[in-house]
Amino acid sequence: MSQALAAARPMAAARLRPLEKLAEAGLLLAAVFSVCVTAGIVYVLVSEAVPFFAHPDVTVWKFLTDTQWTPLFADKHFGILPLVSGTLMTTAIALLVAMPVGTVIAIWLSEFASPRLRDTLKPVLELLSAVPTVVYGYFAITAVAPAMQRLYPGLPLFNMLSAGLVMGLMIIPYVSSLSEDAMRAVPMLLREGSYGLGANRLTTAVRVVFPAALSGIAASYVLAISRAVGETMIVAIAAGNQPKLTLDPTEGAATITAYIVQVSLGDLPHGSLEYQSIFAAGIALFIMTLGFNVIGAGLRRRYRQAY
Amino acid sequence: MHDLDRIIRRGRRNDRLFNVLGATLAVVCLTVLGVLVAQLLIAGIPRIDWQFLTSFPSRKAARAGALSAWVGSLLVMLITASTAIPLGIAAGIYLEEYARKNWFTNLIEINIANLAGVPSIIYGLMALGLLVYQFRLGQSILTAGLTLGFLILPVVIVATRESLRAIPQYMREAAYALGATRLQVVRHHLLPYSAGGIATGVIIAMSRAIGETAPLVTIGALTYIAFLPPAPFSPLPAGPDGASPGMYGPFAWIMSPFTVLPIQMFAWVSRPSSPGNDFAPNAAAAGVILIVFTLGLNAAAIFVRQRVRRRVKW
Repeated sequence: MSQALAAARPMAAARLRPLEKLAEAGLLLAAVFSVCVTAGIVYVLVSEAVPFFAHPDVTVWKFLTDTQWTPLFADKHFGILPLVSGTLMTTAIALLVAMPVGTVIAIWLSEFASPRLRDTLKPVLELLSAVPTVVYGYFAITAVAPAMQRLYPGLPLFNMLSAGLVMGLMIIPYVSSLSEDAMRAVPMLLREGSYGLGANRLTTAVRVVFPAALSGIAASYVLAISRAVGETMIVAIAAGNQPKLTLDPTEGAATITAYIVQVSLGDLPHGSLEYQSIFAAGIALFIMTLGFNVIGAGLRRRYRQAY
Repeated sequence: MHDLDRIIRRGRRNDRLFNVLGATLAVVCLTVLGVLVAQLLIAGIPRIDWQFLTSFPSRKAARAGALSAWVGSLLVMLITASTAIPLGIAAGIYLEEYARKNWFTNLIEINIANLAGVPSIIYGLMALGLLVYQFRLGQSILTAGLTLGFLILPVVIVATRESLRAIPQYMREAAYALGATRLQVVRHHLLPYSAGGIATGVIIAMSRAIGETAPLVTIGALTYIAFLPPAPFSPLPAGPDGASPGMYGPFAWIMSPFTVLPIQMFAWVSRPSSPGNDFAPNAAAAGVILIVFTLGLNAAAIFVRQRVRRRVKW
């Protein structure tokens, strides 16, 4: 019996070994594939934008400083600033909604709500960011913008304010869930120390837990900003599509993402200057979000290390 | 003594006030979403009927339908699922169970974290430059499915890794001690134990993909498609001489032009309406179908997660 086993084992192992190697190679390939996706993104953005910047009408300097963006008109200007201002304006409005609301909800979930309530409410709140953005766009122009028009007579239907407000509702879960995670990672010891000194719940939450989790909370803000900057359909539907260098939220404007959508909807020939311009806009967008993501990841690492 | 009393009472009052404030804000957020969704349902449900589900788009709002859109969504999701799920699970298994700690593994991990934060429209630009023009896949169901597959790949990978990490080390050690090979440990133990968690992640990822609009607009999805992709083995259109030219292959549909529900909805939302030809109800109806899908999938994910949590006790 034991002899038979001893004879069978090397045979079985030998039969299995090639399969083992094959499986590992296949799994490795799948993991490497994700790097190829990133490489593909960088390759496409750069290879399509290089001819754009090489065009005689465009220079990198003009791209960064010109105050008009009119690639689709006869008098072409390629200044990214109006698109950047539109992007930052809608993002700022969204954050003005999502930051305070999300933070208060996070503190409440982490320090006040019962564990059962918290476990139920968190996934339900996350439904806010599960709704497709095109549906949010519909909400923005059919419900929110008309309501805003009643509040501010004379407001155009397509404006940055209502697009930003709806976007704010969408990104609340990014702030509330990530901040709550960060606050719950704060060791009980700190809370007990605070209670021991006679502090009440709110004081403990605001003066002890909140500062202790600050880097994680900041990370949630930064990731929410990144989300808002890259958000497309809400602004493409509801913010209007005229690139305009303005800081007035009641006006319509175009964001980087909305411009890309607007151009894609038309039928532009491959290789034309207008076609290349969406990749230049894409690079600007990619760099902005990458910057925010790197800062956010750094902040998250910091709070993970702290405790 | 009275001062202390007052301080304590004030503290308690503040606690209660904040408790009310937090609960109110959470309820307000959900109520706003509820009201908006309810409005969508009221505007959209009356428009959903057999005609709407079986008609092609039309210039007349009342005769337009979402047939090509929902069929397109289904087929695109099929491609997305069959690329992102195997690739994502495989990559997750490699990183969690096989990878040694070195600079290369580190690179892959940083890369996945960054991919998860790339805006969806950038994936669309990548697909436009690479899949549509370099690989000449055209503005097809295949291109769309692959684009969304790339987009949700990080979500599937992260979900796989997290559920593998939740399996205690002694399960692996026990299997190895009995002579199992690495692949056997993965196939017979780790995958079955983590199936619930992986399924949750996959469902969430699919619900995200089904509502994605921006990357598909970028690769050039059409908004007006008045035909369906060719069914496998359906006859090719007859030539001018009337001779039967044979039939479509089993996978001819993947190269067909397409539209999907969110894009159809976008087209109807942004279409100027004239009196008597109002596209808003159509947009709402498409939105209802979309929201039923996404919220339904999310509810399913929550349900699966709860069940897994209750069943598994290490």
